Amino acid sequence: MRSQGWFARGALVLGLVFLYVPIISMIVFSFNYSRLVTVWDSARSPSFRWYAALVHNQQILGAAWLSIRIALVSATAAVVLGTLAGMALTRFGRFRGRMLLAGMTTAPLVMPEVITGLSLLLLFVAMAQLVGWPRGVGAVTITLAHITFCMAYVTVVVQSRLAGFDEALEEAAMDLGARPLRVFLRITLPLILPAIASGWLLAFTLSWDDLVITQFVAGPGSSTLPMVIFSKVRFGVTPDVNALATIMVLVVATGIAISTVWMRHRQRRLERDMQLAAAANL
Amino acid sequence: MRLTQRSGQRLVAGIPTLWLLVLFLIPFVIVFRISFSEVRLAIPPYTPLLSWHHGAPHLEVHWSAYSFLFTDQLYISSYLYSLKVAAVSTLCCLLIGYPMAYAIAHSGSAVRPVLLMLIVLPFWTSFLLRVYAWIGLLNNNGVINNVLLYLGVIHHPLALMQTDFAVYIGIVYSYLPFMILPLYANLEKHDVTLLEAAADLGARPWRAFWRITVPQSLPGIAAGCLLVFIPAVGEYVIPTLLGRTDQLMIGRVLSDEFFENRDWPVASAVAILMLLVLVVPIMWFQRLERRELEAAK
Repeated sequence: MRSQGWFARGALVLGLVFLYVPIISMIVFSFNYSRLVTVWDSARSPSFRWYAALVHNQQILGAAWLSIRIALVSATAAVVLGTLAGMALTRFGRFRGRMLLAGMTTAPLVMPEVITGLSLLLLFVAMAQLVGWPRGVGAVTITLAHITFCMAYVTVVVQSRLAGFDEALEEAAMDLGARPLRVFLRITLPLILPAIASGWLLAFTLSWDDLVITQFVAGPGSSTLPMVIFSKVRFGVTPDVNALATIMVLVVATGIAISTVWMRHRQRRLERDMQLAAAANL
Repeated sequence: MRLTQRSGQRLVAGIPTLWLLVLFLIPFVIVFRISFSEVRLAIPPYTPLLSWHHGAPHLEVHWSAYSFLFTDQLYISSYLYSLKVAAVSTLCCLLIGYPMAYAIAHSGSAVRPVLLMLIVLPFWTSFLLRVYAWIGLLNNNGVINNVLLYLGVIHHPLALMQTDFAVYIGIVYSYLPFMILPLYANLEKHDVTLLEAAADLGARPWRAFWRITVPQSLPGIAAGCLLVFIPAVGEYVIPTLLGRTDQLMIGRVLSDEFFENRDWPVASAVAILMLLVLVVPIMWFQRLERRELEAAK
């Protein structure tokens, strides 16, 4: 075991270095004064020049605001649909259309984005022809597309949480005469709440970050933040994007840290409650 | 379990099914249908499938988009190049990711959540910005070249950008967590007593690893490889930002056909052929996912 242990541990350290060096270098160079992104201007750095430039960039601020609104709506709708799908797939046994639903919730996880993007746009065009809606592409079509690919991820997260705990609690509640909706709200929902929370966060991030699918279903005047960034960096490096990236990394890191602590706290409370319940039964 | 009455169940299962039917499955039918049209100057810019001749419906099926794909060398070479890039990147991900997942699975229970968080954290930060970060590292006057020049290892900057190497780096970097997580989930469940038994019977550690650990982790290897390989074939952002300009990947070709040439039938045909190549791996992936969930029950 020992020789593999050392080899694997070395690989882990190197792998983590590989994962973090680009992010760290991006953060460091966001404080560089020079316009040449990779040449360190030691005389006038560190500086907050590019952060100041960012605050005054109306195009980036507008795009970020649009992205946030789309991500909020998409994540919320994706959580509702994904939870329904997760419940159906884990709690309803075999029903007609189960294979279809299972297939349609796993395929989007790996489907190349260019295919999904193209097919969604062609759908919207065909719908506009047939029923006159949606009129043109923009924020609405982007949101519909995001809900669709985000709900697949939420379904997987909720599904694995539902599969991980016993159905006995739900059955007991039902034996005591609780109606299904009440069982779901009082028993199932509190138990899968951590999965729903992380599913929502995941969906929000995926929507906030998506470029390829969005490009297909966006119209003039509906440029999301990734679209603005992509058009800026396509022809080289720009220092204000480094500043933007640093802010985003910091926000994500804090968010992850808070949610990890919260979930561990919840988990512990849950385990304590279970122990108390077990003790009361003795 | 009877969680709800029939009608309630039908509603719960029906809503997401209907949503995905309309926004995931039917779109593919439309792509399939448009791939048999011809481009024309109109709105929408393709010929209809059904036309009316003297009051009778007439089915118009054009093969021109497909025959075009097979006559122009560009498309076939892009397909083959994409498959090669995806395969090499997947292999690299596996070679790097396996020992990392192994080390996490064998780490102490105190550091394990921290290590897992470190693996997942980059995945939560913007994919686009992480690919962008590599431009700053790989450029002619980028960080890597500057460091190597400073150390005297090289005397002229290496051309790292717009190469196959840059694309491999970009894909391995972006997709590595997708390889590590399923591998970890698998390795974590392994029964240590099997390895102890092998050691008691005199097997050397590496032999025990090859004969016991690797065969047991095959489902994890398959899941990780498919999670990397399938999306990598159609990758658009990474080759566009870091890759060669003389050899495009098929995702870029599709996008260019659609946005630059405005040829919707050819773009659709490219998508259909890509799906044909990927349908077997996608179904394999779905089977693995299903088994994984059933095992968790």
